[in-house]
Amino acid sequence: MTSIPYIPAYEPPATYLNIRHTVASWLLTKDHKRIAILYMISITLFFAVGGFAAVFMRLQLLTPHSTLVEAETYNKLFTLHGVIMVFFFLVPSIPVTLGNFLVPLMIGARDLAFPRINLASWYLFMAGGTLTLSAIILGGLDTGWTFYTPYSSTFSNTHVVLAIMGIFLAGFSSIFTGLNFIITIHKMRCPGMTWFRLPLFIWSTYATSIIYVLATPVLAITLTLVGLERILGIGIFDPNLGGDPILFQHLFWFYSHPAVYIMILPGMGVISELIPAFSRKQVFGYNFVAFSSLAIAILGFVVWAHHMFVAGISLYSGLVFSMLSFLVAIPSAIKVFNWTATLYKGSISLETPMLYALGFIGLFTIGGLTGLFLATLGLDMHVHDTYFVIAHFHYIMVGGAVMAYMGGIHFWWPKMTGRLYNDMWGRVAAVITFLGFNLTFFPQFILGYLGMPRRYYAYAPEFQVYNVMSTAGASILAVGYCLPLIYLLWSLRWGAKAPNNPFRATGLEWQTSSPPPTDNFAKTPLVTQEPYSYHTMEPQGV
Amino acid sequence: MSDLTAPIDHPPLVAHQFDDLQQQTEADTLGMWVFLGTEVLFFGGLICGYLVYRHLYFDAWRQGSEITNGFRFLGISSGAWNTAVLLTSSLTVAVAVRAAQMGSRAVLLWMLAITWVLGAAFLGIKAAEYTHEYHEGVMPGMTTFHPDEEVTAQLTKAAAADQRELGALIQRFRMYWVFYFFMTGVHAVHMLIGLGLFAFLFIQAARNRFTPQKHAPVELMGLYWHFVDLVWIFLFPLLYLVR
Repeated sequence: MTSIPYIPAYEPPATYLNIRHTVASWLLTKDHKRIAILYMISITLFFAVGGFAAVFMRLQLLTPHSTLVEAETYNKLFTLHGVIMVFFFLVPSIPVTLGNFLVPLMIGARDLAFPRINLASWYLFMAGGTLTLSAIILGGLDTGWTFYTPYSSTFSNTHVVLAIMGIFLAGFSSIFTGLNFIITIHKMRCPGMTWFRLPLFIWSTYATSIIYVLATPVLAITLTLVGLERILGIGIFDPNLGGDPILFQHLFWFYSHPAVYIMILPGMGVISELIPAFSRKQVFGYNFVAFSSLAIAILGFVVWAHHMFVAGISLYSGLVFSMLSFLVAIPSAIKVFNWTATLYKGSISLETPMLYALGFIGLFTIGGLTGLFLATLGLDMHVHDTYFVIAHFHYIMVGGAVMAYMGGIHFWWPKMTGRLYNDMWGRVAAVITFLGFNLTFFPQFILGYLGMPRRYYAYAPEFQVYNVMSTAGASILAVGYCLPLIYLLWSLRWGAKAPNNPFRATGLEWQTSSPPPTDNFAKTPLVTQEPYSYHTMEPQGV
Repeated sequence: MSDLTAPIDHPPLVAHQFDDLQQQTEADTLGMWVFLGTEVLFFGGLICGYLVYRHLYFDAWRQGSEITNGFRFLGISSGAWNTAVLLTSSLTVAVAVRAAQMGSRAVLLWMLAITWVLGAAFLGIKAAEYTHEYHEGVMPGMTTFHPDEEVTAQLTKAAAADQRELGALIQRFRMYWVFYFFMTGVHAVHMLIGLGLFAFLFIQAARNRFTPQKHAPVELMGLYWHFVDLVWIFLFPLLYLVR
């Protein structure tokens, strides 16, 4: 009655970032948002390592017989680039950062179903990364990221077992992340958040998680067999000892083809969020976009042998796998057409995330269509293991997955950090990335078609002009990747404070504060609207 | 119906991310099922490899499984003994889960203990088998693979009957043992993890941590243990019985 409680003049709201500041509070956190930040820092470092390897490769290929690095070193460089980029950047990328951050927020939950497993999966990932990097520091790895036997199991004199152990651990990190997402999406949606009100990002994360859980264990067992063969000198895949190297390829691609969809599906989910938000329109054909994610995940399991058309599989199985591979084009095209239809008559604004999204649509389409070339038996004989393949999958993985990752980071950065970045610099970086990317990889389609094989440290002189273009493009691309690193980090200290919903987007994550509190929402949200209800929002935001 | 706008009044025993015990239990159970789905694919890759080589090297595989099935005590193949032991442990786990549901702690403790002992017995029999196979010289390592006279005689006979080269047969025979040791070895690792977790459950149960409302760890261990059993149900015929 008499005592007046002390009320401070100003107290900043408690967010997941400022609630504690100790190092232990980060390393032992069970908050999905902090774990997302840990992952983001880690995969950015891995991306840098893989990127440096690519820089050296492109410099080596500037002239036909460069002496920048030895042939063996070149082999180690492309292996380093492949292993790090695939297993430690692309496979985890969007799910472990944006997915970890957004899945509970988007479905109105306080955290993932298993926060401790979530943290454990980051430690597994870091342990795996450390082992693999130590293999590289101890002298490198020269098998290529595919670890084809019997070279990897018998002949290579590099640290194959160490690298395999690292990938094994990172694989289990993926499995636990996927498991966590599946359970969370099934069991932790807030009241009113029905399956068909889920944001499309959730649908594609769900499809990705299925692949994580069902494909990764096969890679784990396959790589373990390679390791055993190497350590014990027993022939599982070595034909000299009665083994079957083709079996290795089957088992490897049974994981590694679905892994391609692990890389692209989350990207498609990000694009499905960006396009409606910057067209101010409900997404066209929600159900089709949602189910096409599942269709891609399922079809992805039955197309693996299209990597093996020239490996000695029978003509009939080649025909079947060729036809099945064509089927993947259907759900992929559904997505592209639906995004385009969403743009139609929308009021489009070209902010940074949207530039990345539009870039994604164009580059993914080129990557997807050239995939059809490669699924064609006869044409694949001609371009197999050439730069055509390299260009194709870089259009999907860099032009697709990385562009989507960058778009997603720019879209949710204000939510994650509570700060606004400079949109002008963002747009500059997006355009530079797009131009640099095309200059790097489009010439490689021509190189491959003309017959330049992949994985060689030297080439015939007539290919030089395209290689010079590609290397020039790569340096532009590098600028495009370094710029965001600068202005995003700059924004952390000097950026303006972000409002709760700077892009006036729908979705539960925008209804909480920026950055969100540890428990995500002050009260459990109740969903009453269809997703992407941009048409019901007032034309000019509050 | 609870008021959704009310601040979250968090029930005890429930982790902060869940609303109530039912949601937590359902999430835990589904999590274990999805994990077992992963495990199916893990063993599936191995069994796929087994089938491919069995198809390619039928004779060598037959010779191999004759030897595995030939190791007996008390007149019965050790694989059959192990199957009996493991299936009994599945029964005791099922009773343990029921006891946890009913809240009878004494039964739960006994059943967990018996399950642990049966699991250990399985590993004991497996270890005896491994030792026997080591002495026969069929362990496929670089230094350990030197089949003894009896095995060599058997293989020589088989090679003569099929007009096959003995060297090729021995190489393929060795491949059988790679798969035998790896498949049973991975299974044994799962058993070892299971034994550790059962010991942990036993301590928890002794400290009265489980109630009829909250005993998800017991149920989850039940699922896991039945899965490990099921894997053996596949391994036993594949490695011991099929001719």
